[in-house]
Amino acid sequence: MHKRSKILELDEVVVKFAGDSGDGMQLTGTLFSDAAVKAGNDLATFPDFPAEIRAPHNTIAGVSGFQVHIGKHRILTTGDSCDVLVAMNPASLKANIQWVKPGAMIIVDADAFEEKAFTIAGYKDNPLDNGSLDSFQLIKASISTMTAEAVSELNVERKVADKTRNMFALGMMLFIFNRPLEPTIEYLHRKFEKNATMYEANKLVLQAGYGYADTLEVSRSIYMVSPANIEKGKYRTIMGNTATAWGLLAASERSGRPLFLGSYPITPATEIMVELAKHKSLGVKVLQAEDEIAGICSAIGASFAGSLAVTTTSGPGLSLKSEAIGLAVMTELPLVIIDVQRAGPSTGMPTKSEQSDLYQALFGRNGECPLVVMAASSPADCFYAAYEAAKIAMEHMTPVILLSDGYIGNGSQLFKIPKVAELAEIRPPLAKANDPNYKPYLRDPETLVRQWALPGTEGLRHRVGGLEKQNVEGNVSTNPANHQNMVDLRAAKIQKVADFIDEQTVLGEKDGDLLVVSWGGTHGAITSAVTALQGKGAKICLAHFKHIMPLPKNTEDLFKAFKRIVVCELNSGQFVNYLRMTLPGFKYHQINKVQGLPFMVSELVEKFNLLLENQ
Amino acid sequence: MTHHHFIANFTVARSEEPLNKEDFMSGEMVRWCPGCGSHAILNSVEQVFPRIGYKKENFMIVSGIGCSSRFPYYVNTYGFHGIHGRASAIATGVKLANPHLSVWIATGDGDSMAIGGNHFIHLIRRNVDVNLLLFNNQIYGLTKGQYSPTSPMGTVTKTSPQGTIEHPFNPGELVIGSQGTFFARVADSNQKMMTDVMFEAARHDGTSVIEILQNCIIFADKSFAGVTDKDVRDNRQLHLVHGQPMLFGKNKENGIRLNGTRLEVVTIGQNGVPLEDILVHDQYRADPGIHLMLAKMAPPLYPIALGVIRSASFSTYDDQVEEQVRIGKATGKYRNVDDLLNSGDVFDVK
Repeated sequence: MHKRSKILELDEVVVKFAGDSGDGMQLTGTLFSDAAVKAGNDLATFPDFPAEIRAPHNTIAGVSGFQVHIGKHRILTTGDSCDVLVAMNPASLKANIQWVKPGAMIIVDADAFEEKAFTIAGYKDNPLDNGSLDSFQLIKASISTMTAEAVSELNVERKVADKTRNMFALGMMLFIFNRPLEPTIEYLHRKFEKNATMYEANKLVLQAGYGYADTLEVSRSIYMVSPANIEKGKYRTIMGNTATAWGLLAASERSGRPLFLGSYPITPATEIMVELAKHKSLGVKVLQAEDEIAGICSAIGASFAGSLAVTTTSGPGLSLKSEAIGLAVMTELPLVIIDVQRAGPSTGMPTKSEQSDLYQALFGRNGECPLVVMAASSPADCFYAAYEAAKIAMEHMTPVILLSDGYIGNGSQLFKIPKVAELAEIRPPLAKANDPNYKPYLRDPETLVRQWALPGTEGLRHRVGGLEKQNVEGNVSTNPANHQNMVDLRAAKIQKVADFIDEQTVLGEKDGDLLVVSWGGTHGAITSAVTALQGKGAKICLAHFKHIMPLPKNTEDLFKAFKRIVVCELNSGQFVNYLRMTLPGFKYHQINKVQGLPFMVSELVEKFNLLLENQ
Repeated sequence: MTHHHFIANFTVARSEEPLNKEDFMSGEMVRWCPGCGSHAILNSVEQVFPRIGYKKENFMIVSGIGCSSRFPYYVNTYGFHGIHGRASAIATGVKLANPHLSVWIATGDGDSMAIGGNHFIHLIRRNVDVNLLLFNNQIYGLTKGQYSPTSPMGTVTKTSPQGTIEHPFNPGELVIGSQGTFFARVADSNQKMMTDVMFEAARHDGTSVIEILQNCIIFADKSFAGVTDKDVRDNRQLHLVHGQPMLFGKNKENGIRLNGTRLEVVTIGQNGVPLEDILVHDQYRADPGIHLMLAKMAPPLYPIALGVIRSASFSTYDDQVEEQVRIGKATGKYRNVDDLLNSGDVFDVK
C-alpha cells in the first residue's frame, strides 16, 4: 500500500495542529493522539489555545493549536519544536513557524492563503510562493476545495462542509503516520449518532484526506514510530486537571470522608471543578460559589463538618483566598487548596503557564502562618499529588497548597491505572463520641496534630475560630506565652510532616559535578535534558522536588554530595531563594525563564553544559 | 412557572430528654458591653434551642467578625467563629456537608451588608436551609463607631463627621430582592417575639433571615428609640401575625389597607373604613409584593413591621444537592473510583 513512499523509522516525532479557533484543531490533535496511543506509542500532549473564545477570524490572536509528542521511548515533554506542522490558515503558520525544525514537514490548506487572510496574519506576500518555506517539506494541499468535493454528493451547505476540513487534515496525517482509519471512523460514528449527515460528511472527508495523502509523490515520507517499551499494565491517557480530580476522589473513597469542592471558575483550573461536578454517583458535592472567597470559606465549613474539603483556583484566586487560608491554619482543619498556576501578576496571561505563585503559597498570608506546600510534576502525577495532598491535609489537620500549572493541568500523558485499594491508607484523626478527655487543641505528642471532632457527634461540642486559642483547652486567649507556644506548635506541626513523606530521590548517581534541582511542572523537560547529558557521560543528576514545605529530611545531605547545584524554575528564582533561606550552606546557581512558556530541552542542555564545563 | 417542592428529608434528630437553657450556656465570659442588645439575643437563643428540641450536638452556630460574631463562644453548641463577612459562605459549607445539622449564623450589619454582602445575597438566593440572625445596630461597634451600610442618611459618626451621604440598605428589601423565602424583624427589647420568631425560623425550610433591631448603647444608643420607646411603640410598631388583620395602636384602632398599589394607614371607623378593609397578613404567600411593601414601611408615614413578614415555601439548595447525589448514586455509571479509572479508552500493555 505504501510502496511509493519512503518509510522513515523515527524514535520520536512532534506534531502540531494549528488553525483558527473554531477550526477543530483540539479535536484533530486529540484523535491523532488516540491513534498513536492505540499503536502503542508513549506520548505527551498540550493544547495551546487563545484566551479569547473566538478571536477575530484569521488573526494571530485567534490561533488555536494542539501539540503532541509521540515516541517509542518514554515521552516526558510535549517537545521543543515540531517535525510536522499542520497549518490551516496563514495566521497559524505565522504563529508557529518559529517552532518548526529545519527540514520539517509543513502541511497547509493552500486555499486558505488568500491575500486578505495572509495580510491579516501580517504577511506582505503569500508565504507559500515567496520562497520563505523552501527549507521545509511543504505540502500545499487544497484542503477546502477537496473537502467540498468530498461532500458534494451530500448536498450540505458550504459552511457545514468547511467544518469538516479538520478531518481532511487528520486523514492525511493518519496516512502519513501509517495509522488505520477505523478507530477514528468509530469515534465519528459515536459522536454523530444523532446526525447521520454530519457523520457521513466527516467520514467522507477523512477518507478523502487519507486517499489524497496516498497520491502525493514518491519523495514524501511515511513516518513510522514503533510501539514504546512501556511497563506492563493497564493504561489510559489522562489530562492533568482530570488526574487531580480523580486523585481527590480516590482519597475521599480511601479515607471514608465525603468530598466537598467549593470553587469559582478560573482559567486554567476550571476543569477540575467541571470533572468533579460529573461524579455525584461517587457522593461528591460541588458548590460553584459566588466568588473565590466563598469557595474556600464553604470548603472550610465543610471541613469543620467532616468532609474532605477542597478549593481549586489559579494565582489571582489564591490571592483572594489568603485570609481564609489563615483561618484554616488557625483552626487547624484539613483543607486542600489547588493552585493551577498561570502567568502573573494580576490577570497576567491566563492561558500561559508559569511557576510564579510559590512565594504566595509559602508566604502569602498575615501572621506566622505555616502550611504544607507540594507540587505536581506531570499530568499523570497530578493524580498522586492530589491524593497525597488530601492524605497529609487530613492526617495532619492542616491546609495543604498543591501547586499545579496550566502546562501540566491541560497537558495529557499516558497513565498507568492504579487500584485504589493499593494506594497508601488514609487515617483521619477523628475524635470518638463522648470521649471524656476530648479537648479542641489537645495534640498527638508525636505529630502535634489535634483531633477532628465532627458536629453531630455526642459529647464533643466545642468552638473554634480565627481568634488565638489557649493550647489544649481551646478557649479564646491573648496570653503572650500561649501565643508564642501556639505559633511554635503550628510551625513544628508542619515540620513534623517531613517524618511522614518520602525521602527526596535523585535521578542518577549519589554524587557528581552538577545537581539539577527543580520542582513541579518542569519535570519532563528537565528530566529529558539531564538524561540526555547522562547518556553522554556527564556527571549530572536531578533532584526534582514534590515536597517544598516541609522539604524532605535528606535534602541537605543530598546537596552535600555535589560540586555544583543549579535550581531551574519558571519564575525569577523563588524556589532557589527559599533554599538559600532554608539551607543556607550551599551556593546555588539558577536558571530561570518567565515567558509563559515551558523550558525547552535544548536550552537546558546548553545551560547545563556551560555549568559542567566551567567548574 | 412551576417549581419542585422538596419535602425536607433531613430533619434534624430530636433530643430524647427535655433540654433547658443551662444545656446551652457555654460558661465562657460574655464580653459585650453592659446594656448591649446582644445580651437579649443570647438569652433568646438559649431559650429557644431547648424549645426547638433538637439534640444538643446537632446545633451549629457560625459567625463572621464584629461584636455580634462573638456569639458562638457563648453558646454551648458546635461553633465556628469565622472571618469578616464570610459566615454565610462557611455556613453553606457546613450545611451541605452535613444537612442533619441545625445551622445558625450570627452576623451584623457590617458583616453581612458590607464586607459580606455578596455571600449574604447568594446564601439567600440559593435558599440554603440555615437561620441568620442579623444584629442590626446601624453602626460599627467593634472598631469603635464608624457608620455602617444601614446607618440612616446623615448619621454623624467618627468617619462621617458631617453626616453620612450614603443611602442605607433596608435588610428586608435586600432579602426579598435576593429571592428570600423568610424574613422577620424583631426588636431586641421584645424577648417574647424574638423567641417566637426564632422558633418559626427554625421551622422554615430555607434561609431564614431575622433582622434584630439591636441597640448599641455606646456608639449608636437609641437608634431605634423612635420605634421602640414605650410612649411611641404602640403607634409605630405593627406586629404581624399570620391570618390576622394588620392592626396597630394602643387599642388596635389603626390598620393597614391596600389602596391601589400602595399601602395606606387608616383608622377603623374613620371615613367609613370598616375592619374588613384591613389587610390580613399572609406570610406564606409566594408572591413577595406585599411582603416587600411591609418590609419597607417606616415612620413617619407608617409603623414599622415586626414579626414574620415572609415565610414562603420553596425548594432548598441543600435538599436539592442531596437529591442530585441520590439520583447520581442510583443512576451513575461508576460505583467506585476503580470503575472511573477503568472507564473509557483503556488498553493493556503486555
